[in-house]
Amino acid sequence: MSHDIRMQIAGNKRRDRCFAAAGLVAMAFAVLILLFLLMTLGVEGGRRLSWEFLTSYPSRVPSRAGILPGCIGTVLVMLVTAWTSVPLGVAAAVYLEEYAPKNWLTAAIEINIANLAGVPSIVYGLMALGLFVYQLHLGHSILTAGLTLALLCLPVVIIATREAIRTVPLSIREASYALGATKWQTVRDHVLPYSTGGILTGVIIALSRAIGETAPLITVGALSFIAFLPTSPVTAEPPFLSLRWLLDPFTVLPMQMFNWVSRPQEAFHLNAAGAGLVLMSVTLAMNGLAFYIRYRTRRRIQW
Amino acid sequence: MTTASVPPAKAEIRNLSFSFGRTEVLKSVSMPIADRRVTALIGPSGCGKTTFLRCLNRMQDLHPDVRYTGEIILHPEQINIIDPAIDPIEVRMRVGMVFQKPNPFPKSIFENVVYGLRIRGIRDRATLDERAVQALQEAALWEEVKDRLREPATSLSGGQQQRLCIARALATKPEMILFDEPTSALDPVATAKIEELMTSLKNEVTIVIVTHNMQQAARVSDYTAFMFLGTLVEFDRTDTIFTNPSSSLTEEYVTGRFG
Repeated sequence: MSHDIRMQIAGNKRRDRCFAAAGLVAMAFAVLILLFLLMTLGVEGGRRLSWEFLTSYPSRVPSRAGILPGCIGTVLVMLVTAWTSVPLGVAAAVYLEEYAPKNWLTAAIEINIANLAGVPSIVYGLMALGLFVYQLHLGHSILTAGLTLALLCLPVVIIATREAIRTVPLSIREASYALGATKWQTVRDHVLPYSTGGILTGVIIALSRAIGETAPLITVGALSFIAFLPTSPVTAEPPFLSLRWLLDPFTVLPMQMFNWVSRPQEAFHLNAAGAGLVLMSVTLAMNGLAFYIRYRTRRRIQW
Repeated sequence: MTTASVPPAKAEIRNLSFSFGRTEVLKSVSMPIADRRVTALIGPSGCGKTTFLRCLNRMQDLHPDVRYTGEIILHPEQINIIDPAIDPIEVRMRVGMVFQKPNPFPKSIFENVVYGLRIRGIRDRATLDERAVQALQEAALWEEVKDRLREPATSLSGGQQQRLCIARALATKPEMILFDEPTSALDPVATAKIEELMTSLKNEVTIVIVTHNMQQAARVSDYTAFMFLGTLVEFDRTDTIFTNPSSSLTEEYVTGRFG
């Protein structure tokens, strides 16, 4: 009798070990690929990485080419994207979560927002070309690119914000309402402050995905070889701030990479790897920041 | 149903019925709420006592599809607070509430106490300070927190958090405070403190408390209403309800034979 039980247990444990081994292989596979990617990028791109590379304009000579316009372009486009997608996305999410009545219409909107998050980015590019370039005449500009990527980020920001808002317990909202607060006072003083961590995390993840987008920007006409910078946002004369840069042509880091990769010379491929390394570092840094914010708010806010 | 009359009433409920959608949860409840006394609502789970309590400050209006009929007359102006023309926010500004589970905001102790004042537009620092100290003293919490007003409210113990919630409700000087099973999440020592507090507060403010604990109702309240299946079975002085109830149902409940 006890022998049978032991045999049974031994068999069960063998299957247990089999699965653990299979899982380990699957995980190692994923990690190794990621490591390999980082290594090649690091080894190849690392050779090109230097202060000159970061501060030079593109050139026909690979060793003199740099990514300055790409870096500046990426930063400016992302500014436009963040400035438009965050207020719109957060306001939409707050409306859906706190104000909108729960009925079939809001349920349908909710499903469609989730669908929008899955629409291929090139489709956004086409829509943006029709809307921003042809209808609104914004040109092949930083503004157009920023707004295009904002469209791309919007569903992600809305979904992340709704998730974050939902983590604020009903009891906290009730405490506020019971004191005579309006919906807006409750949202402004409680719901938004307590979910800022979650919202920021979602925003950063949305932006870190948008920063690597190439397809929709090709569609709206980003340049791939550019030897000048946009107008400076800071000027010497009053009012010291200028918005002229919004309508300037531009390039972004992934566009620059794409341009270099499509050239036959091996040396340009190295440049692409260098730009890729910079882009990847920025993305990793953004994800790290998101992680840190989440960690901090979790410690700071307890119910 | 018997209804004892009370000396000056703070509120009078007349034929109050209340429904969520098509479900009628309260059926024609009529009773007075005595001014500056403690009124307890008792009854088995699901009898509608919490629903009734939340009608008194229109918290039910936060749910979609609710319907009130009848009247809740608030004295001294004799306004019907469930009249659709009355803004629920106006009612909540006059009638405070303390919940089952302590629910302080994840802000500092001070900010918790003065939040009700802030949404009433009070910005003057001296007024805020003065009212905060006063409310914390009334809630018997001042001595424990006077040196740590800037610390997060969540660093307090459960019982302290509940007294903080009481201070938060008191700071706006409400005319009536509703307690929804305020001690069910607390240990006996913290419970005793809250009960003591209610007894000391009743000279200033009208109190309505929902409780599952019959000893608590007997200890803290002056009047008791026994509810069952959405109806008011009996309302009377607390000692009468517990020693000489007129309904056999009330007697069975208070002697622990059901519920």
